[in-house]
Amino acid sequence: MDGGFNRWKDGGKPWSAPRTLSAEQRNRYHRHLLLPEVGERGQQKLLDSKVLLLGAGGLGSPAALYLAAAGVGTLGIIDMDVVDASNLQRQVLHNVDRIGERKVDSAKKTITALNPDVTVATYDVRLGADNILDIIDGYDVIVDGTDNFPTRYLVNDASLLKRIPVVHGSIFRFEGQVTVFDPYHGPCYRCLVPEPPPPELAPSCAEAGVLGVLPGIVGSIQGLEAIKVLLGLGDPLVGRLLSYDALEESFRTFKVRRDPNCPACGPNAGEIVIAEYDELCMPHPRQPAA
Amino acid sequence: MRVTVRVPTQLRSLTGGVGEVEVDGETVGGIIKALDEAHPGMAERLLDEDGALRRFVNVFVADEDVRFLEGLDTPIRPGQVVSIVPAVAGG
Repeated sequence: MDGGFNRWKDGGKPWSAPRTLSAEQRNRYHRHLLLPEVGERGQQKLLDSKVLLLGAGGLGSPAALYLAAAGVGTLGIIDMDVVDASNLQRQVLHNVDRIGERKVDSAKKTITALNPDVTVATYDVRLGADNILDIIDGYDVIVDGTDNFPTRYLVNDASLLKRIPVVHGSIFRFEGQVTVFDPYHGPCYRCLVPEPPPPELAPSCAEAGVLGVLPGIVGSIQGLEAIKVLLGLGDPLVGRLLSYDALEESFRTFKVRRDPNCPACGPNAGEIVIAEYDELCMPHPRQPAA
Repeated sequence: MRVTVRVPTQLRSLTGGVGEVEVDGETVGGIIKALDEAHPGMAERLLDEDGALRRFVNVFVADEDVRFLEGLDTPIRPGQVVSIVPAVAGG
């Protein structure tokens, strides 16, 4: 091109300097740089990535810590709770000094102290049909550590609409499950769980208890899967459900298939409408045009 | 045929806390019937009023979900383990 780069630049056309890691970053991420599968390119990709953590609780805590340590550049955290002493048995983002503080603020403090490279976006709201599409917009991966079925279905339907992969984790007493929902490439949550159990058969951790370290293991696996999805590494748990039994100390994987009759992602599914779900969590019918 | 069935935490109150039991059966439906005879209450937890598998419980033969095989009629081959995996939502 006549005039070369200077003319291009002077003409106001877009350009960017090749980005490099700073000396501090080279040191901080050195163990990543040693891995050919990650390397400088992968580390830059992580630094440019945005991961949204749904919940700064049992699962969100380890996931947030490891994603921050790994240098994921933007972490969004949504949680409307305040830190309670009973959280500290497993929610390792928080500590005694933070009791009574908003969990998102406590999380931001911990993450920023761990890695100043990370920008933390906080959402001190209840995730609902009125805000989910705005909140998840622009994120590369969602790490779902929510604690109830209606929210899980809401997250599923919104992530299908926005085509954002969800790293799903859930725990109950001594057991945990992890899988990755890659919209329209793999099964979705409704393919795996077409209907939620009635509330009497699905007590929460607050009611049924949960062993302290369990969410640490499950949430850490979620963090790992998020990094794999971001970097295109290995085989993420798309189409596979990893089931962990802490008492047996065993991991098993089961196949999860796309349901051709899925009301959310199947070929005959109607338009996805985001609305609050009741206990049955069924998709809402398409609203007739006004 | 003796079949090993893995029982999740939620249903272990019915098996005296045991996570793995052995029952006789040739199909998934037969296994659930035998489970219920050995551990009363199991069928009610796994099947709805119409006798169909509840949609929040996944039953796997080896690593395949029986919803994508032949449901309760799914045959079990020697050596295959049946796993009951209910949906959980805790976080």
